Amino acid sequence: MNRRENLKLLFTGSLASGLFMTGCGPEAPKEIAHAPTIGEGTKWGRTPEEMMRNAELKAEVFFREDEMKKLNYLVDVIIPKDDVSGSATEAGVPDFIEFIVKDMPYYQTPMRGGLMWLDTQAEDRFGKPFMEASEDQRIEIIDDIAYPDKAKPEMSRGVSFFNTLRDLTSTGFFTSPEGFKDLDYKGNRPNVWDGVPDEVMAKHGFKLEEKYIPLYMNPDTRSTLAQWDDEGNLIG
Amino acid sequence: MSFQIKSPGEAYDVIIVGSGAGGGMASKILSEAGFSVAVVEAGGDFDPAKEEDRTQLRFPWESPRRGASTQNRPFGDFDAAIGGWDIDGEPYTKNDGTEFDWFRSRMVGGRTNHWGRISLRFGPNDFKRKNIDGLGDNWPIGYEDLKPYYDRVDKLIGVFGSKEGIYNEPDGFFLPPPKPRLHELFIKKGADKVNIPVMPSRLSILTKPINNERGACFFCNQCNRACQAYADFSAGTCLVKPAMKKGKVDLYTHAMVRKVTTNDKGMATGVSYISKVDMKEYKLKSRVVVLGASACESARIMLNSKSKVHPDGLSNGSGMIGRYLHDSTGSDRMGFIPDLVDRQKYNEDGVGGMHVYTPWWLDNSKLDFARGYHIEYWGGMSMPSYGFGFGMDTIRKHIKDEFGNPGPAGGYGAGLKKDIRRYFGSMVGMSGRGESIPRYENYCEIDNNTVDKYGIPVLKFNYTWSDQEIKQAKHMQDTFEEVLTNAGAVLFGEKAGPDSKYGLHAPGRIIHEVGTTRMGDDPKTSVVNSNCQAHECKNLFVVDGGPFVSQADKNPTWTILALAWRTSDYIVSELKKKNI
Repeated sequence: MNRRENLKLLFTGSLASGLFMTGCGPEAPKEIAHAPTIGEGTKWGRTPEEMMRNAELKAEVFFREDEMKKLNYLVDVIIPKDDVSGSATEAGVPDFIEFIVKDMPYYQTPMRGGLMWLDTQAEDRFGKPFMEASEDQRIEIIDDIAYPDKAKPEMSRGVSFFNTLRDLTSTGFFTSPEGFKDLDYKGNRPNVWDGVPDEVMAKHGFKLEEKYIPLYMNPDTRSTLAQWDDEGNLIG
Repeated sequence: MSFQIKSPGEAYDVIIVGSGAGGGMASKILSEAGFSVAVVEAGGDFDPAKEEDRTQLRFPWESPRRGASTQNRPFGDFDAAIGGWDIDGEPYTKNDGTEFDWFRSRMVGGRTNHWGRISLRFGPNDFKRKNIDGLGDNWPIGYEDLKPYYDRVDKLIGVFGSKEGIYNEPDGFFLPPPKPRLHELFIKKGADKVNIPVMPSRLSILTKPINNERGACFFCNQCNRACQAYADFSAGTCLVKPAMKKGKVDLYTHAMVRKVTTNDKGMATGVSYISKVDMKEYKLKSRVVVLGASACESARIMLNSKSKVHPDGLSNGSGMIGRYLHDSTGSDRMGFIPDLVDRQKYNEDGVGGMHVYTPWWLDNSKLDFARGYHIEYWGGMSMPSYGFGFGMDTIRKHIKDEFGNPGPAGGYGAGLKKDIRRYFGSMVGMSGRGESIPRYENYCEIDNNTVDKYGIPVLKFNYTWSDQEIKQAKHMQDTFEEVLTNAGAVLFGEKAGPDSKYGLHAPGRIIHEVGTTRMGDDPKTSVVNSNCQAHECKNLFVVDGGPFVSQADKNPTWTILALAWRTSDYIVSELKKKNI
């Protein structure tokens, strides 16, 4: 089921066809579109300048082919496929990193330099570039830079590169459709908030404050027009 | 964004500069009274109900930078407000050793397209601070003058909240508040232990409809992206557009006002603006000019409107325009709640902001600083965007596995992936937003050496924090630590100390700047009178934050709206009496 169908389902379910009857007094009740419409537009409020900048950045190429190959390997070491969701490359993380280093140029030298640093390490240790080293040899280098609290001081450049790469890989993965599936993310769709589910309240030992219970937004009356008495008490 | 330039015809009754909270309110009240109105806006048209302007309900991957901020959208790629602290071609300068960051939104609705919808009335004390602590000045009006207007604003625009009966946090006509989120209950638990109140927040978001033109909230937590159902307040959707539908209102977009024009008696005759479309200058004429361009922009326009009668700027005989500029203070802290690791997943979006907050709760006479602050809370399962998953090199060691063993700092692989998954939704943070002391020494003025790309002289800022604000920020940091620790949270990062002024943000960063055209009964020490009418130019009014004598420990928007309504009523009465 795609997102559009998903939303349609929600509307026909909890949100009563997306239309609510509202109105009071002598005026005839009027139907108002209460729930949002979701189009497939791509403009999303971009100014002409923003559209131009995004297009320019997309047209540029930063990582060379050999760098991209290394990046593909590394992001999957950081976020591999497991029984919950796919890998970083399956989620398109390298393309995201390619865009973000162009959008935020301060990443460019640390990333390019860090990828080179892996080669110099592999040359010094094994006499060949990183990607030509064996899997065990590569992991040996990664283990030396992946744990900041345990890493040797002489590894600090590699540590800081790997921290950056871990950040970008994690954020790229968990902001992708694959990542949302992994997190079982349930938001960003029209709904009616009626508080923390009872079982969750119970699990953490929370109760709502008695005095507020009659005041809280009530899903059953949320579609009727608000009215107050002169003292500001809500009566409708 | 469509370009909209209407050809100027006859003189208008009123020209309003700016379409934010103040300008929007003036456009509605004045047009409903039957007057012809021109609204002159420096940015483009904007209507979140149009599919082409919609950023709401989009997923992070619809942005190539996954919602990260950009120069023109410092609050992220999906934020509705276009502009920011740094706009190409529209510079501002600062005196050495001082700081001020000026946030602008160039679009219909202005900065109301972004804000947090926190809608707090100023209380009786907030108008008379000098009586309490001897600092700054009293307002020439009091809460009782604004109360009827706050009431009307509540009903016209809608705000949820709870009646609490707290003297300096006046209640209003509230819509039902939403129930708290889980992390907010943890906060409440922590705050209860140290006797800090946590109560339903007061946000201008419709939890019930208030009229047939606007929908009600559907709980996507994205008010800052602007609501296509118009279920939150922004000046464009709730004031300017309805005014245009009903009354004689012309909207001029992409029109950068250079000055208010005046006649040889010094009265305002209209405005002169540069069209951003063809870079040519145009003039509009009117009986009355209303400035609602924002505290600093309106001050800039008045200072740039020099003439023989007004040699130092329009209605600036006192030299007070630009003086007493002040922004709210701000300091923040975050942490993570181990009890929330591995939490059950459900849609926790709620409204576009916190469901609970803390109003100022202490007595300053027992403290070493003069003014208070409120606390805003955030966290939980809000939608991941750029930045989510960062920092595992320091955070991961706090995430314990099922046997209670802490994870390694950093790392990689299936274990890292699992820990980020388990950690999602366990973050919590708090932000203090407080009142600063308005001071003559903090000001903006015209920079004689710099113009923007429209050839208009720019503002130069001179602003420093005093010990009052720094001590207040220290108090915030102590409070944050106390509440978070008692809520069972692990604090992130080092506690902000004296080198960073206790995390105190630079002035301008909280975007509550006010005071540049302050009101007063004495024309020697103020720019406008208690009706926001310029002392030296009877047909010029200011309806933004400029006339504020002091900012409270509250967000200014609700007071801007109430004041603008009151000023508009006065303009209607003066026009009808032919006094202006």
